Amino acid sequence: MEFSELIKTATVEDVLLSRQGLPDVRGTLCITSHHLLLSSRPRGDLELWLLIRNVDAVEKRVCGSSGSITLRCKDLKVLQLEIPGTEECLNVASSIEALSSVDSVMMLYPFFHRPPSLRLRQGWHPCAPERLFQQLAAQTSRWRLSAVNRDFSACPSYPPAVIVPAAVADDTVAKAARFRQGGRFPVLSYFHAKNGTALLRSSQPLPGPKRRRCLEDEQLLGTVVAEGEDNATTPLSPCRGRPLQESFARLVEACGEPAPSVERWLGRLDSSRWLGHVKAALSTACLAAQCLDREGCSVLVHGAEGTDTTLLVTALAQLILQPACRTLEGFQALLEREWIQVRVVFVMWRRVRVPAHLGALTQPPHGQAGHPFQLRCARSAASPARGKREAPVFLLFLDCVWQLSRQFPFSLEFGEQLLLTLFDNAYASAYGTFLCNSEKERRLCRLRERTPSLWARLEQPEEKHKYLNPLYSHNPLPLWPCGQPQGIQLWHAIPVPERRAQLRPAPSLAGFFLRWIRPCRHLDEAWEEMRRLVQGDKSSLEEGEGKGRAGPSPRLGHGTHAETGTGQGPGVGLG
Amino acid sequence: MEHIRMPKVENVRLLDRLSSRRAVVGTLYLTATHVIFVENGSETRKETWVLHSQIASIEKQATTATGCPLLIRCKNFQVIHLVIPQERDCHDVYISLIRLARPVKYEELYCFSFNPKLDKEEREQGWKLVDLNEEYNRMGVPNNYWQISDVNRDYGVCDSYPTEVYVPKSATAHIIVGSSKFRSRRRFPALSYYCKGNNASICRSSQPLSGFSARCLEDEQMLQAIRKANPGSDFLYVVDTRPKLNAMANRAAGKGYENEDNYSNIKFQFIGIENIHVMRNSLQKMLEVCELKSPSMSDFLWGLENSGWLKHIKAIMDAGIFIAKAVAEEGVSVLVHCSDGWDRTAQVCSVASLLLDPYYRTMKGFMVLIEKDWVSFGHKFNHRYGNLDGDPKEISPVIDQFIECVWQLMEQFPCAFEFNERFLIHIQHHIYSCQFGNFLCNSQKERRELKIKERTYSLWAHLWKNRADYLNPLYRSDHSQTQGTLHPQIAPCNFLYKFWSGMYNRFEKGLHPRQSVTDYLMAVKEETQQLEEELEVLQERLSSLQKSQSGNNKVKSKQQDRNKQFGVYTSNNSLANTPQEYSNDLKSFPSRSPSQGDEDSALILTQDNLKSSDPDLSANSDQESGVEDLSCRSPSGGGCLPSEDSGKDSDEAVFLAG
Repeated sequence: MEFSELIKTATVEDVLLSRQGLPDVRGTLCITSHHLLLSSRPRGDLELWLLIRNVDAVEKRVCGSSGSITLRCKDLKVLQLEIPGTEECLNVASSIEALSSVDSVMMLYPFFHRPPSLRLRQGWHPCAPERLFQQLAAQTSRWRLSAVNRDFSACPSYPPAVIVPAAVADDTVAKAARFRQGGRFPVLSYFHAKNGTALLRSSQPLPGPKRRRCLEDEQLLGTVVAEGEDNATTPLSPCRGRPLQESFARLVEACGEPAPSVERWLGRLDSSRWLGHVKAALSTACLAAQCLDREGCSVLVHGAEGTDTTLLVTALAQLILQPACRTLEGFQALLEREWIQVRVVFVMWRRVRVPAHLGALTQPPHGQAGHPFQLRCARSAASPARGKREAPVFLLFLDCVWQLSRQFPFSLEFGEQLLLTLFDNAYASAYGTFLCNSEKERRLCRLRERTPSLWARLEQPEEKHKYLNPLYSHNPLPLWPCGQPQGIQLWHAIPVPERRAQLRPAPSLAGFFLRWIRPCRHLDEAWEEMRRLVQGDKSSLEEGEGKGRAGPSPRLGHGTHAETGTGQGPGVGLG
Repeated sequence: MEHIRMPKVENVRLLDRLSSRRAVVGTLYLTATHVIFVENGSETRKETWVLHSQIASIEKQATTATGCPLLIRCKNFQVIHLVIPQERDCHDVYISLIRLARPVKYEELYCFSFNPKLDKEEREQGWKLVDLNEEYNRMGVPNNYWQISDVNRDYGVCDSYPTEVYVPKSATAHIIVGSSKFRSRRRFPALSYYCKGNNASICRSSQPLSGFSARCLEDEQMLQAIRKANPGSDFLYVVDTRPKLNAMANRAAGKGYENEDNYSNIKFQFIGIENIHVMRNSLQKMLEVCELKSPSMSDFLWGLENSGWLKHIKAIMDAGIFIAKAVAEEGVSVLVHCSDGWDRTAQVCSVASLLLDPYYRTMKGFMVLIEKDWVSFGHKFNHRYGNLDGDPKEISPVIDQFIECVWQLMEQFPCAFEFNERFLIHIQHHIYSCQFGNFLCNSQKERRELKIKERTYSLWAHLWKNRADYLNPLYRSDHSQTQGTLHPQIAPCNFLYKFWSGMYNRFEKGLHPRQSVTDYLMAVKEETQQLEEELEVLQERLSSLQKSQSGNNKVKSKQQDRNKQFGVYTSNNSLANTPQEYSNDLKSFPSRSPSQGDEDSALILTQDNLKSSDPDLSANSDQESGVEDLSCRSPSGGGCLPSEDSGKDSDEAVFLAG
């Protein structure tokens, strides 16, 4: 497939762009393989870029000799293009539709994106921290490395080497695996060193209609909680994909309503059920964390496949309990190991001085271990009914993290901007980090060699400071958030570290759901003031950074709205 | 004291709303001014003090096997749930409290016995802190258009107005008296706010007695005089803050609203704010939502919506925004009234003034604003807040709504106000506490007769003395948000109205953010100030020594240490943090251990032993916020946490902090 086949009209003159809360821009619209570009005419002082992958839905309306296109973006922006010429309008619309739904991963922008300041392979840490393994080994001898899965017979989606309780024999593990969907038997997600409890995850058991039991499965779980501790299995409250996606769509629709009365707004907020999902997710994670920390029992978390809400709960529980996860670096590592790969297991496999019988296993582990981002984040709120596999589970996780950061404003090293950036990149990115659904796919596409890493970008000093929370100070204690409705709020404005250039529309402070809708200059100012207090006037010096980069072209430029540091970089615009 | 049937009851249990498992046993005392609950056995002797005047209702519930439950709801939104072992004791406590909570004469109120150990001169100084004469001068009156009128010097024209009122120069005594006869309760149009920049003004009055067709020449002249006092504009807005239907219904009773045909050059405008009865019921409904045991998200949001509370807050704000816009942008004067002109009118005038004039957003200015629009113009504090036993239908959270409007604005404009949320909460508290004389009675006349200034103390002086606690660290007098008129978002702005859990769930600390950004920034600010002073000293020394570098470097490194210092400080903050009941959504969770749900609700007002042995009851006012202060400001007070395992927790935290 050639991109040029998809682009029916590459350039249209005299297009009018209107956006929420921002002045209209008139100019020339260009469609490239991955970007929509509008340069203002006649002055040409403004170049606005949009990653076409960010388009969630295209609505076209033809009226007389001109037409208009409404683009609903995955990051919830809404753009309106007025295009002279009916044919041009239809062409533009269908080009955008085709380009935004290109199936092949390899055709996506990250494979073409070559940011000048980044090297490929940079930032693709194969979830390194070997410290973690050493820590685990130093802390407990209750776990051992097993080669039960060396030929992937126990579980095709687990790596060959797995950690299992030391007291359980390999054949028991193998039998237990048959009792779990996809063979994903319970594995260690997090070891709570304070009292030696463990957080495990698995897929659902398969008791079948006859309520079959599996002695080996019970035995496997039993040994984790040996020594007379209480065992607890946590039934997850059902945040299944479909309702969650619908909830997300309803909430976004409510946020977009022009001027509802207070009551109507509250009514729609309620009927979207989104906050109820947040509350349930947070409560479940807290409960799991509480069992580990307070009641000294180990916890097994499982959903159906063990790749959605399961990860949500295990990742949140670690954030609650483990101060190391609350730094920028620690949070990235948490995402890598809980959402993208399954690190503990994986690390084991890498760490081991491979015994002879494992020697052959240098090929990658198969199957899906982490969250299937490509499936789940294919569509955002504008198209609730299109697919059955979309679900904003990751957004729900980010929202829960935001709730934590609101209740504990000093305890997370990163700020809201990071959460927003992560969302944006999970849904449409210039980086390869969230591409594909599994490690297997990632390896097939050679993501590491062929796409830049988002983490590498976030680690660049001039980027990094935008994501840091200046109020952060290390908090060694668990964060027990409030799970009552009064403690949970719509992800609204809290100050985030970002400055706006004059032309650049970046209403960053209105939280997630209202960020393009609600102007919030005053909160911006509050942020500045806060920063000024905490850091002195340093921030004002950094303001000019990143500007004045050489004229960008869509192929060379950095391509997403994550790119807010530059004055005119591609993708910063159209917002 | 004769009303106290039962001064002391032992083995009383104080229940926790969020967790029935976490009850504490202690002794209940009734004193002439307070209900005091002292916890047994605990080393810190946790105490809960409640002023009788804060008690809104007492409910005795059916006796159970464990005793007789008694539910005390307070006007500052605290709810105290006691279980008294003997039904008879409970009955005695109940009867005593019913009487104590409803004093029949002013002399029974706490402010007449409260003694903060200030001498006479200090007391007088305190009362002089807020001076309305000074305030009118600050606004720029008297001037060519406005003068002070002594027509009401003996309260002869209107007994609920102050003696000194500003009226247009062209309004003669004849016009004023004539107009007053055509206005409900004779509350004639008088100046509330004057805008020096463009001569536009906000005036206030009650409704006209127009019925279906009545006219009054003097009243028409009065409005014309107000319009003419603003030469830049050729008309006058008359804003009736009632819903149109209510205003029309009033016509049948010979009251009503201005007929545009009879008054020259007015533009008449209704802004529908509901009456005190609707507001009372709305608050009641919202508080029921706040009191729900483990509500689902939906219960909460539905309840909030159903109460209509935020809708009412928005209506008041909208009226204020309309008036501020008329004055600041159109340069048109506005006359505001409702029915009697002492509830909605006070709310709306003060919101508009706050939006218009940055001075009212300072601490001192806010005191002045309340003094001007509420106290002096005869807002009926005694009736609205039930200080003395009276008609329950007169009670309504009128000033509470104004205070919430200010909070909603603070949320939108974080840098615009010199004071913080705590300041608002403490003012609300003292409006009900009757500990200071400011808000006694229904009018200036009554206060003068009672000789309030000679017999009680002023809240403003008390707050001013402790102003360091009330500062907003983000406020800077040269910041853009502190200049000129505030322009709140008009549309779409309904997302902006948020539930204020800091007020309505004030005593349930578990529901609030565990770390206070305000306090942290305040500490940083103070620290920075100290360092700057230090820097200055060093620089002076430096220049005198003519030596470079060394001094400066020292300061720099110290600045970096600061973060470390605060690191300890903030980690201690989270000490007030233990798990809560998380299983409410998850009905099927099997194993629950008793240690669960040990969340540190601050239902209890604590004060440390030092304070409680001190008869100086000014400590009591602070003690209400004591938990708040302790948990977020002085970490060493962590021992006051009433949770069962707080001992364990604080050990851990202290250890870590050390």
